Amino acid sequence: MKKTNNIILETSLKALLFFIVLYSVYIFTAGHYYPGGGFIGGLMTAGAIVLLLITYDIKTVQRILPVNYRIITAIGLLLAIGTSASSLLFHVPFLTHRFTHVELPVLGEISLHTATLFDLGVYFVVVGVTMTIIQTIGEDE
Amino acid sequence: MTTIVNFIIGFLILAGALLFLIATFGVIRLPDVYTRNHAASKAATLGVMFVLLGTFLYFYSVEGHFNSRLILGIVFLFLTSPISGHLINRAAYNSGVKLWDQSVRDDLKEYHKKMQDDSSAD
Repeated sequence: MKKTNNIILETSLKALLFFIVLYSVYIFTAGHYYPGGGFIGGLMTAGAIVLLLITYDIKTVQRILPVNYRIITAIGLLLAIGTSASSLLFHVPFLTHRFTHVELPVLGEISLHTATLFDLGVYFVVVGVTMTIIQTIGEDE
Repeated sequence: MTTIVNFIIGFLILAGALLFLIATFGVIRLPDVYTRNHAASKAATLGVMFVLLGTFLYFYSVEGHFNSRLILGIVFLFLTSPISGHLINRAAYNSGVKLWDQSVRDDLKEYHKKMQDDSSAD
């Protein structure tokens, strides 16, 4: 295959990836009060990695992000099960969540909720499953 | 003050919609892929940016809500839309789509031919 120089796409990617990843993190963290959450944030992060895959080939991306996405999926499922099952330790029903208000030095008052950890599990599962599907199809020759 | 802002918002939204219309007419009327892409990627980008700016001004002045996501959207579109136009045109040229038969200049032709001869010689 002929090597082509795709310098416009490669240069713009360096700026665009920050936008996309930052926005996906914003979507993930804003999910409790605004539209968003783990699913759409995970899909957007997977979209950023797909943009990397479009620009470079699959081996380069594996070197940039040395991650096994099946393990990411497993970690996400463990987080989801762990946060739901840990409520059993406090003698309350399965999937009972708690929240508290915390005063942080710079950010001010923040409400921390255990549902965020559950959402983080959803986020990991979505990123892992999407990237596993795309990489499995991409590697097929 | 509010009247002036409302006038600017209306102008921006209408100008954006007019630019969409011009881009659509350009895509229908122009003869080949490259000129069509020229119309679509430039006019539609400016149209979307106008509409987003009008929406941002509306929410900022009327509702008093500073929506930074719209600013981010304007910047993002300004970055990505010309790049996608460039990539589509490049893919079309590399896969051998003919220029309009009344085109007078094709500076890339000789270079492209040389590259193809080099790759076939390998």
